[in-house]
Amino acid sequence: MSLEQQTQSIAVALIGNPNTGKSTLFNALSGVRQRTGNYPGVTVEKKHGTFRIGDKSIELIDLPGSYSLAPRSPDEMVAVDVLLGRLPAERKPQAVLVILDAGNLERNLYILSQVLELRLPTIVALNMIDVAQDKGVTVDAPLLAQRLGVPVLETRANHGAGVQQLREALAHIAAQSPPEYTSPFPPAFREEVAGLQGKMVASNVSAPRYLVERLLLDTSGYLEKELELGGDNFHQTIEEARARLKESGVPVPAVEAMSRYAWVRETLNGVVQRKPVAPPLSDRIDRVMTHPILGSFFFAILMLTVFTAVFSEYIAGVPMSGIEWLFETIGGLVGDSMAEGPFRSLLVDGVIAGVGGVLVFLPQICILFFFIAILEDCGYMARAAYLMDRLFSNVGLSGKSFIPLLSSFACAIPGVMATRVIENRRDRLTTMMIAPLMSCAARIPVYVVMIAAFVPYYSFAGGLLNSHALTFAGMYLVGIFAAVLVALVLKKTLLRGATPPFVMELPSYKWPSLTTVGLRVFEKGWSFIYRAGTLIFASSVLVWAAAYYPHNDAAVATWTPRLAEVETELAQATEPAQIEELEAEQGDLEHHIAGAYLRDSFLGRAGQWVEPVVRPLGWDWRIGCATIASFPAREVIIGTLGVIYDLGGEEDEASIPLREKLKSATWDGTDRPVYNLPVALSVMVFFALCAQCAATLAVIKRETNSWRWPIFTFVYMTLLAYCGAFIVYRIAAFFTTTPIVSV
Amino acid sequence: MKSLSAVQVGDRVTVNSIEGDDDIAVRLLEMGLVPGVELTIVGCAPLGDPIEIELIGYRLSLRKTEASRVLLTD
Repeated sequence: MSLEQQTQSIAVALIGNPNTGKSTLFNALSGVRQRTGNYPGVTVEKKHGTFRIGDKSIELIDLPGSYSLAPRSPDEMVAVDVLLGRLPAERKPQAVLVILDAGNLERNLYILSQVLELRLPTIVALNMIDVAQDKGVTVDAPLLAQRLGVPVLETRANHGAGVQQLREALAHIAAQSPPEYTSPFPPAFREEVAGLQGKMVASNVSAPRYLVERLLLDTSGYLEKELELGGDNFHQTIEEARARLKESGVPVPAVEAMSRYAWVRETLNGVVQRKPVAPPLSDRIDRVMTHPILGSFFFAILMLTVFTAVFSEYIAGVPMSGIEWLFETIGGLVGDSMAEGPFRSLLVDGVIAGVGGVLVFLPQICILFFFIAILEDCGYMARAAYLMDRLFSNVGLSGKSFIPLLSSFACAIPGVMATRVIENRRDRLTTMMIAPLMSCAARIPVYVVMIAAFVPYYSFAGGLLNSHALTFAGMYLVGIFAAVLVALVLKKTLLRGATPPFVMELPSYKWPSLTTVGLRVFEKGWSFIYRAGTLIFASSVLVWAAAYYPHNDAAVATWTPRLAEVETELAQATEPAQIEELEAEQGDLEHHIAGAYLRDSFLGRAGQWVEPVVRPLGWDWRIGCATIASFPAREVIIGTLGVIYDLGGEEDEASIPLREKLKSATWDGTDRPVYNLPVALSVMVFFALCAQCAATLAVIKRETNSWRWPIFTFVYMTLLAYCGAFIVYRIAAFFTTTPIVSV
Repeated sequence: MKSLSAVQVGDRVTVNSIEGDDDIAVRLLEMGLVPGVELTIVGCAPLGDPIEIELIGYRLSLRKTEASRVLLTD
């Protein structure tokens, strides 16, 4: 090897079935040096990791987990394109690392037989040998290596075992020659492939042998379009070849699976020994977990536990009060040590109140993702999808929508990204459209503040249930109910189509890897902090500025002369009764001035402009303002309401909790309180159903590669939220005999 | 010919063929449901659908509509 080659980095593609521990191996091999992105035009994540071994640098390209290299859609085409070096955005890998589940070799060898046809230096990681042994399966790795003609290394990626040896083997892999290969297909099929390739070469259409083979096998017609074989009657040539094959007893496309599985059986003969063992623990657990009654019961208990932990005062509550206290203290310290003026107002009312109000939800996000990561890693999530499938099929979806929708209860962004596991495009889009209707963590502040302030507290059933918890749960149900309706309508109109297949592996249970779980929680927590530090920070500052400026003195000219008079009189006054009266008038005037400044501010003008629109919901222009301002992110409304009522209130009110400020808010020029139960419910329902989250819309844009779907999401959710809030306001007002705000 | 959608939990059966040549058929074949393979019906979800089967050393779940495409040897 020349010196130049030694300093080069080697690109290695990592491929394998889902549930083989592929991401765990990827993390174990590359550590923290990872980069993620998206392949252009498709919804496939591009994941690279780098590590050094000796004098070589290895760049690992993680390809999506797959059972087969038989592309029938642009997303599935990515892995084949990368392996064949057909993507301009990606370097051609010099070698392939195939990860196999040792306990499930028969099915895992299917994709290996396809990879071997690509004629790249190949190395096999035989993973989860410990799980296989528990199932009574032993694998003769040296014999397998001999049969395949490629190195086979045993690993237990979740314990880090065998990882270093794998690194060393990868360092030498590119120098190896590709494995000897004999096609598993019958001679008649191979002749047709050769014939078709000859015809293509004659027409100056070049394609690697593997793709020519796939052209014959792909009855969906996707590859013919992808390879632009419109001209020269290729379609007819292919159809004729298939007809000839069928006549000679070689059915297309079934011949592929039949030939490959025959090859797999032959290869594994004598390699895999199955000892009859007592039903493995995994099977015994599964008997309970997938039992129609016991399984459903366990599922219900599990979901209840997850939600209790997320909303419990003792688990999530403790770190949350800590964060709250921290920001209050910082706000107090900054407020005390600075002179009054725009800059102090910006720091205390804008930045600290806005960002702090959002960061409070970090513990809940981390706890929910801790549970989701554990359930995913141990193999339970597939069982949940299995149990829930029937329910989802009622609205035209499948159990595969369960995981994305569950993630959306923490945040719709990972939820929308998790829809990638749904192969069917219409199902994926429908799930993406309803994911933002699941009440995410960002809605919690709106619910908490409104419920604490305006929902009367009753407890019943011996203290087990109370009106606050029920209202809270009701908001979640509003979202779920709306999601069911929207899914039904979408599947009958825009996204109508045949019910897609539900064929899903139920992987063996295994102990979750702490590293994998930890990495997931860290990743989600960090992206939330990042959002709070950037998007929410920026919008807090903008909202503050919009609510503070232009700060025009002319707007308050009605009161300032009188205030000056009152202050002079107050300085001279001696009688207690007179002082009290003057002080009351002073407070009143200051309140008017602050309110006038806000009304005159840019945000205030916008709020008054939308007031006629939001009046039917029982809202005043301040709630309108706060709603407009919370377009970037729902949780901003809490910061915004804080800013609005801080600026609109007297200075010494700054320290009282937001719910007290809301309680004392009145309609302009009257003593009538703005907020009551119907208004609070109307605000909550609006926020349960609206699409006030720029980041979710952006991620839908990214995942669908079009502006159409995010715009659709925003429009339909806003309409739904408006109608929902209106109906709830009217109904609640009727039952509580609250006078409705005149429009 | 009997299909996989018409069997009882606990039955052990052999695949004869897969009906059709569309994406669903290809998917079932790729997952190992090739002619000659033996499989066991392990259980079913609440309301009887989907079903869980065991074949070539792993567990697979599929809906009855897909299972009806899997024809069995008598």
